[in-house]
Amino acid sequence: MAALMLRWSCLGKRWVLACIDGGSRHGRGAAIGLTSRRKRGQSSVAQQPLIAVQKSRKGEHEWAAVVGLEIHAQISSNSKLFSGSQVHFAAPPNSLVSFFDASLPGTLPVLNRRCVEAAVMTGLALNCRINKKSLFDRKHYFYADLPAGYQITQQRLPIAVNGSLAYSVSVGKKPSQVSTRTVRIKQIQLEQDSGKSLHDEPRSQTLIDLNRAGVGLLEVVLEPDMSCGEEAASAVRELQLILQALGTSQANMAEGQLRVDANISVHHPGEPLGVRTEVKNLNSARFLAKAIDFEIKRQIHELENGRKILNETRSFDDKLGCTMPMRDKEGKQDYRFMPEPNLPPLLLYDTASLPPGADPQQVINIDWIRERLPELPGKTREKLIQQYGMLPEHSFTLLNEVGLLEFFQNVIKETRAEPKKVTSWVLNIFLGFLKQQNLAVNESPVTPSALAELLNLLDRKAISSSAARQVFEELWQSKGKTPSQIVSEKKLELMQDQEALERVCHTVMEGHPQVGVEGRRKAMHFSAC
Amino acid sequence: MLGRTLREVSTALKQGHITPTELCQKCLSLIKKTKFLNAYITVSEEVALKQAEESEKRYKKGHSLGDLDGIPVAVKDNFSTSSIETTCASNMLKGYVPPYNATVVQKLLDKGAVLMGKTNLDEFAMGSGSTDGVFGPVKNPWSYSKQYREKRKQKAHGENEDSNWLITGGSSGGSAAAVAAFTCFAALGSDTGGSTRNPAAHCGVVGFKPSYGLVSRHGLIPLVNSMDVPGILTRCVDDAAIVLGMLAGHDPKDSTTIQDPVKPFTLPTSADVNKLCIGIPKEYLAPELSSEVRSFWSKAANLFESEGAKVIEVSLPHTSYSIVCYHVLCTSEVASNMARFDGLEYGHRCDINVSTEAMYAATRREGFNDVVRGRILSGNFFLLKENYENYFIKAQKVRRLIANDFVNVFNSGVDVLLTPTTLSEAVPYLEFIKEDNRTRSAQDDIFTQAVNMAGFLSCLQDCQQ
Repeated sequence: MAALMLRWSCLGKRWVLACIDGGSRHGRGAAIGLTSRRKRGQSSVAQQPLIAVQKSRKGEHEWAAVVGLEIHAQISSNSKLFSGSQVHFAAPPNSLVSFFDASLPGTLPVLNRRCVEAAVMTGLALNCRINKKSLFDRKHYFYADLPAGYQITQQRLPIAVNGSLAYSVSVGKKPSQVSTRTVRIKQIQLEQDSGKSLHDEPRSQTLIDLNRAGVGLLEVVLEPDMSCGEEAASAVRELQLILQALGTSQANMAEGQLRVDANISVHHPGEPLGVRTEVKNLNSARFLAKAIDFEIKRQIHELENGRKILNETRSFDDKLGCTMPMRDKEGKQDYRFMPEPNLPPLLLYDTASLPPGADPQQVINIDWIRERLPELPGKTREKLIQQYGMLPEHSFTLLNEVGLLEFFQNVIKETRAEPKKVTSWVLNIFLGFLKQQNLAVNESPVTPSALAELLNLLDRKAISSSAARQVFEELWQSKGKTPSQIVSEKKLELMQDQEALERVCHTVMEGHPQVGVEGRRKAMHFSAC
Repeated sequence: MLGRTLREVSTALKQGHITPTELCQKCLSLIKKTKFLNAYITVSEEVALKQAEESEKRYKKGHSLGDLDGIPVAVKDNFSTSSIETTCASNMLKGYVPPYNATVVQKLLDKGAVLMGKTNLDEFAMGSGSTDGVFGPVKNPWSYSKQYREKRKQKAHGENEDSNWLITGGSSGGSAAAVAAFTCFAALGSDTGGSTRNPAAHCGVVGFKPSYGLVSRHGLIPLVNSMDVPGILTRCVDDAAIVLGMLAGHDPKDSTTIQDPVKPFTLPTSADVNKLCIGIPKEYLAPELSSEVRSFWSKAANLFESEGAKVIEVSLPHTSYSIVCYHVLCTSEVASNMARFDGLEYGHRCDINVSTEAMYAATRREGFNDVVRGRILSGNFFLLKENYENYFIKAQKVRRLIANDFVNVFNSGVDVLLTPTTLSEAVPYLEFIKEDNRTRSAQDDIFTQAVNMAGFLSCLQDCQQ
C-alpha cells in the first residue's frame, strides 16, 4: 500500500501541502493509521484519492490552520473551591471528600478565597480586565464522576476577560531565530474539577474516586490565534511558566494539574473558517503538538478528498499518533446552564471602590494583589539578558528547563568567573550531560558548588579548558571528590613555574628540531596557557 | 400540660413543676396514641429520652440553656439529622442516614430542645396536601374534633368512620399536625411556595415564614434554592418569636444568609396597632375564594381598624402572573437539584448493572414519584438552550416585577399586608385527590408563593382561635 507522505512547513500561518510520491514513512505513522481508521459507511476507496491527488496537484495548495485552546489549570490551594476538604495529589481513594463533594443533599457551596485570589493574580499576569462582578452557573450533565449532576462554573460572566499571552517560537534552524507571538485570552473562569473514573474492564465495573471532585480549576480560553502544534505547545509552555511563577498552579501536565483541549479547523486563506473539531484531554506538551499537527493534516486530507469535517470531539491516541472520534458523544450536549442560586455574585474591589470599614477578611482588593504580583518569566528573562549579557535564546532555555535557572544562579553566586562563561558551561556542557542521560536538574550528580569551584579553577588559569572538561566528566561520575581533588589526583594543573616550563619546551624542541622559531614561540605560548 | 404554649411549659420546667423526662414521655405517649394521623415518619424515642435526661441534669444544676431547654420539638423530614434517617418521604432516600445536622437542627439541639422525630411531608416537599409522600398522607387532627364530627354526621350517611378525614395541607403537613395534636411545642417546616403557611392554616396553628436569608438553609434538602426557607410552626405567635430568635443569623456554611448581625428581639406584651398601616391587596380577592374565608378576612381587617390601625387597599399588579412564573422557576431549579440523585453515593440504587445510563434511569424512575418526575421533566424543558430565554429568563424578569410590587407597597407607608392563606378551609382527602398535584399546587399556592419569590417574611395565624 502506497503511503502518502505529506510534508509541510509552518510559514507563519500558512500550511503548504506538497504531495510526494509514495515511499517510506519518516516516523509519521499517521497516514497509514488514517486509512485503516476510516469509518464504516464512508467511501472505502482508500487508494483512489491518493492517486487523484498526486496527479492533479502539481503546485502547492495553501491551507491555513486555526488553533484555539481551552486550558484547565488546577489551582494550588490547601482546600477545594467550594468546600474545606484538602487538595493532595495521589492520596488514598475517596479520602479527601467532604459532604459537599459527595453531593450529600442539603450541603451548600462556600467560595474559597485563595482560589479567587489565584484567579485575579492569573488574570492580571495575563493582562486581562478583572470583572468586579462575576457570576457562578451550573452546567448540567450526567456522569459518574460528577456527583451533583452539574458542575459549578462561570459561563455568563467570568472573573477575567480580554487578556493576552506572549510566547516565542523558533522560525528557523538556528536557535537565535525566534519570533514573539501573541495569543489573545478570551476569558479566565473559576470552576470545579470532576472526580476520576477508573474503568475495570475485567469486572465490567467503573470505580469512582472523588478526591479530585471539587478541586478549583482556572479555565483559560485562548482565542484561535495559533496555527500549528508548535505555536500551541509554546503558548502552553509559557502559560505554565507564568502560573508557576505566580504560584497559582503547579501546572504539572504529567500530574494532571494542567490539561489542554484544542479546537482545530482549516480553511483556504481568504475564505471563511472551516468546521472545527475539538481534541480533548491532552496531558503532555509533546502530545499536544503532535495531536494538533495530526489533526490539521487529517482535516486537510479529508477536505482535499472531497469529504466534510464533522464538528465532533476527538481524543488523541499517543501510541498510534492519531486522533480518533470519542465514542460517547452522540449529537451535541445541551448543558442547560442555570445560575447557581446558592452563590451570590462575586464582588471584587479596588482601592477606589473599597467600602469604608470593610472587613479585610471578606473583601478582595485587586490593586493590593497587583502590587504584590511575583516577577513574571518575561521579566526574569529580560533581567538575565541585561544583567548577564546573555542572548535571548539562552534566557529561554534557562527558564524552560525545570530547576535550571536556580542552578545557574547558585553557580553565579559562588564563582568569580564571568557570567558569559557560566552561561556557556551551564547551557552547553551541563545541560548537554543532563539531556544525554535523560536526567532532570534535581537529579544532577554535579552540584552548583562543584561547578562553581571548577569554573573558579578555570578562571584563575589553574587548569586549561580541556582539563576542565575532563574534571567535569569525573565529577559527573559522582565519586564524591571535589574539582580540586580531581585536578591534583590526575595532575591536570597547568604549570605555573616559568623555569620548569622552559625546560619542558627545550625538551620538546630538541625532540623536534624541524619546528622553527615561530613554532617554538607558539609552542611555548601554548603550554603556558 | 401538653396544650400549653412553649413559654408556659418552659416556665413550668424552670420552676420544676414538670421534668423534661416526664414531658418527653407524655409527648411520646401521645405520639403513639395519635399514630393514625401519620404525622411522624420517624419517632426518635431513644434519642429524645437521652436528650431529656441531659436537659434534666442541667435543670437540676440550675444551668438551663434557655427557653428551649427540654422542650419537645419535631423536624420535617427534609432536614438533615445526624444519625437519624432522613427520607424526604421518598423512595430515593429511604434508609438514608445523614452524617451531619442541618444548621437549624443543630441550633435547636444546642439550646437543649428534645427531638421527638421527623415529620411527614409531600415527597421532596412538592405538593400542597401532604398526600403524596411514600409513607402515605397525613391526617388533619381537626378531622377528629367534635366540631367536625358533628358536621360530618349532618352531611353524609353510611360513611366509614374514618373515610372522610381532612387533609393537613402541605407540604409541611406532618409538622403542622404534630403541633396541632400537642405532640410537640414547635416544629420545623420548610416554605418554598407556602409549604409552612398552608398546612398551618389547615391545622389551625401559627405558621411563620422568615425572610429569605435570615435563617440558614444548610442541611435543608432543597426544592428551590432561591426561594426555600426553614419555617416555624407553633401554637402561638410568641412561641414562634422565641424559636426565631434561636434560629436567625448568619451561617458561614450558607452563602445566601445575610451577614449583618441579628439583633435579639422580644415581642411586646400588648399589641399597639395605632401606628400600623395595613394594606389589603385588591388582586387577592380571587373569585375562587370561599365566602367563609372572605368573611374572616373582612373581620380581621375590621378588627385592626377598630383598634386604631390604618387599613387601606393596595395593589400588587403583577399578582396574576406569579403562579406561572413560580412554576417555571420552581421546576427549573427542581430539575437541577434532583440531578444529584443517581444512586451512586447514597440513597436508593436499582439492581441494573448494564451501564451507567441504564442504572441512573432505573434508579431515578424507581426512586421518584410522578410529581417529582413531572417537575424534573418540565424544568429540563425550560432550561434547554432554545427555551431558556423565553421561559427561564422571562420568568426571572417577571419575578423581579413581582418583588418590586411588594417593595413599592412597603415603600409607600404600608407596614404589613393582610391576606388569606388558603382559598377555603381544609378539604376532605377524597375531595382533594380529585385533582392532580400540579393543579392543586397551582390553586392552593395562589396567595402564598408570591412572597417566596420576593423573599419577604410572612406569618399566619388561624382566625378561629
